[in-house]
Amino acid sequence: MSTLSPINPKPFLRDLINKKIVVTLKFNKTQYKGVLVSTDNYFNLQLSDAEEFIDSQSKGKIGDIFLRCNNVLWIGKDLSEKSGSVSADSAPAEATRGANAVLEAQETEISQDAAPPQTAT
Amino acid sequence: METPLDLLKLNLDEKVFVKLRGAREMTGTLQAFDSHCNIVLSNATETIYEFLEGELKSNTKSSEMVFVRGDSVTLITTPSEE
Repeated sequence: MSTLSPINPKPFLRDLINKKIVVTLKFNKTQYKGVLVSTDNYFNLQLSDAEEFIDSQSKGKIGDIFLRCNNVLWIGKDLSEKSGSVSADSAPAEATRGANAVLEAQETEISQDAAPPQTAT
Repeated sequence: METPLDLLKLNLDEKVFVKLRGAREMTGTLQAFDSHCNIVLSNATETIYEFLEGELKSNTKSSEMVFVRGDSVTLITTPSEE
């Protein structure tokens, strides 16, 4: 007889603590890879040794980060072997500043264009 | 059991870098925060990125003390060493 043991979200996330994870945000194709330090009931996340990726392009290491829960799309184990080691050629942390600004600024522009004219007529 | 917000306490009275919705970033000294990520920063500088005529432009605004509503916060970290 097979016994189905469900993996619930909270135990799943607890098991990922101190492991390398990938967090994908809802916006601008942004991903963060880093070691999960802690989570809470809202699934706010704290990562250490985090690296930012926008559109799969590394934007550099940013170290310890706090991610607010509402921005997260999904969380998973980091399966890529390469990123398991510290990549020496990754850009300095400074590079992350404004890194997603192009995408987000464009996105903002698009949403403004798409929005119905408020004041017209 | 430590939660992310507990660990944010370690950044109180330190310089922080906050990423916000709508291509905005802020740096300043973290004075206070709560469970919604409402934040008070002192000596804050806001950078607003805009895409104008195919070019990325940024504007900065400074203020002595500022309140940031939590819903626009995406990320909080310590700023890169300068």
